[in-house]
Amino acid sequence: MKKASQLLLTILAIAVFLSACSTGSPATPAEPEPQADGEKTGETLKIGVVSPMSGPGATAGKYITNGVKLIEEKLKAEGGLLVGDTRYPIEFVYEDNEAKEETTTNVYQKLINQDKVIAIVGPDMSKAILAAGPIAQSAGVVAVGTFTTNEAVTQVGDYIFRACFIDPFQGRAAAKYAWDAGYKTAAVIYNNADAYSKGLYENFELAFTELGGKVVEVQAYSGSDIKDYNVQLTKIKAANPEVVFIPNMFTEIPLQVRQARELGITAPFVGGDSMDAPEVAQLAGFENIAGTAYVSAFSPDNPDPVAQEFVKAFNDAYGMNPNSNAVLAYEATLMILESIKNAATIDRKGIRDAMASLKDLHLPSGTITVGPDRNPIKGAAILMYNAEGVPEFVVNVNP
Amino acid sequence: MTTFFQLLIYGIQLGSVYALLALGYTMVYGIVGMINFAHGDFLMIGALSTVFLTTAFTNTTGTLSVLQVIAIILIAMIGTGLVGVIVEAVAYKPLRDRPRMTALITAVGVSMFLQNFPRALPFIGPNPRPFPRLFPLIQYNIGGVTITSTQLIMLVLSLLLMIILYYVVNKTPLGAQMRAVSMDKDAALLMGININIIISMTFFIGAALASSSGIFYASIYPQVDVYMGGWLGTKSFIAAVLGGIGDIRGAMLGGFILGISEIFATSINSNLGYMIGFIVLILILLFKPAGLLGKFSIEKV
Repeated sequence: MKKASQLLLTILAIAVFLSACSTGSPATPAEPEPQADGEKTGETLKIGVVSPMSGPGATAGKYITNGVKLIEEKLKAEGGLLVGDTRYPIEFVYEDNEAKEETTTNVYQKLINQDKVIAIVGPDMSKAILAAGPIAQSAGVVAVGTFTTNEAVTQVGDYIFRACFIDPFQGRAAAKYAWDAGYKTAAVIYNNADAYSKGLYENFELAFTELGGKVVEVQAYSGSDIKDYNVQLTKIKAANPEVVFIPNMFTEIPLQVRQARELGITAPFVGGDSMDAPEVAQLAGFENIAGTAYVSAFSPDNPDPVAQEFVKAFNDAYGMNPNSNAVLAYEATLMILESIKNAATIDRKGIRDAMASLKDLHLPSGTITVGPDRNPIKGAAILMYNAEGVPEFVVNVNP
Repeated sequence: MTTFFQLLIYGIQLGSVYALLALGYTMVYGIVGMINFAHGDFLMIGALSTVFLTTAFTNTTGTLSVLQVIAIILIAMIGTGLVGVIVEAVAYKPLRDRPRMTALITAVGVSMFLQNFPRALPFIGPNPRPFPRLFPLIQYNIGGVTITSTQLIMLVLSLLLMIILYYVVNKTPLGAQMRAVSMDKDAALLMGININIIISMTFFIGAALASSSGIFYASIYPQVDVYMGGWLGTKSFIAAVLGGIGDIRGAMLGGFILGISEIFATSINSNLGYMIGFIVLILILLFKPAGLLGKFSIEKV
């Protein structure tokens, strides 16, 4: 997802950045409420929040900050986080990483050495946390990436976590969905110049074959500049698969879908989370994209009560539906708060140990357990485009 | 056999886009002696302006008549042609007597400007947008080979444009002047040819052709964004070199060869297809270093 989200966010954010200026919002320290009966007030705990608040990723930054602010407001109203009989005021320090690696390392340094945060939420991009992760690791501060789906992220060290699923899981989730939907044969067209696309394809094939399905045709193309997929699609058509897996960039998918339909391929498509972009349906044409399913981190239509509560709170506060960025930032923050509650000692080390053994935490996108490699074990939502080009929630897929 | 013809159709379709674009490279190179790396971006301007023109026309009537489609294409071509003239006047003309490297680097700069300036405009932006359907889409099935009306119209129009260009260059006074400037700029000047006008005309025609190839390209691959010209420009430049840069027939031939070999190579192995397309280029250049129809000229120092 790393590449896809970056591309999408870059694109979205430039437009926003041009019309409106920086969305930077100063952090407001939570004022401790008057003490309730029998409660002790602990020292103020600081949590850093790193996101692109200006520059090409500003839209993502806005969603991330909004997701965290929802928790901040709630904590402020309650007077802090209750751990045992002690209420700890929580202060969030928001920092702008401009979606750049070098700025991320700078703000990580500032948060750790100057603000003395106990944990960091974000950033949202794999490349940024890969650059700054070693700083948190050597200082012994927990960092929870939000949308950092690249496998290498948590391999930086035992203080680095993430709130999202990893790329290989997406491929498996897509395979599981396709199999459960009753498809027995699948074809794949993927971009062999893109690690995201290739990774999803390999895991899809592995999982689909394991389940008993058969991948009847695999076609590749070399890079995003290619616009003609007729040759590959002709071969896929000849193989006559029941479903076609297209784990590609949102700029490539529309043309692939269009050309496939024009060639007479009627099989439904399944894609990865890169398809979660409003442009896809419009560019592909609603009649072509209808019935196309994709893996997503979260759907606001998820009927789960915890999800619905979050969606409602987000809507009440900001007048819009949360996207994956918002929900992942929200969940990363809750993971940290839960770890503070469970920690043997409330310090950086204690929080790390508590987070590493986090289990069955019920969050909007599903129940989450932190695995041995610090990758969360969590479900994915399958969404499907309807005839009006609007993605609708289909089902949750659990690992 | 059916597959062969089907692939051939795809190859010709892709090749005609390369060919139209390669014409602009080759004309500018032949006449001014510079490589206009911003040429691919004229394609983008043509396609993008067509999107806006179509919106403007559709608002008044609802649907597009044949006349309106022709008007849209002509306006887009003339508009892009004028952009070409302006680019030449602003960026290349002051450098005409400087070393070639200067103009080459400037062309790269112009290309970046043409991509990033529209991107920065709020009403254009970097997002890809759908391209309207200008030509009707009817699928014909001839002995198992599918061909669409869009492909046919495109092919006919691009061949028509190439024939017109060939006629203009070889049979008209303007063409004679262009060929004269191409042969010897100073002698042409002495013969009373207005070099500035000829060079402007060259850029106008080249950019207009690029614009038409943009419209055709976006008609088959209906998705337009500000960066679309970059890679296509490179491919067409390769096509121009392949055919022998400076030669108009060479550009057409090179475009079709590149398009067809790319499609067939992809069919043989989709993983290696792209690479095989370039191997064809290298092989041709190994045996004919000046391109298929190119003539070697000795550089005067």
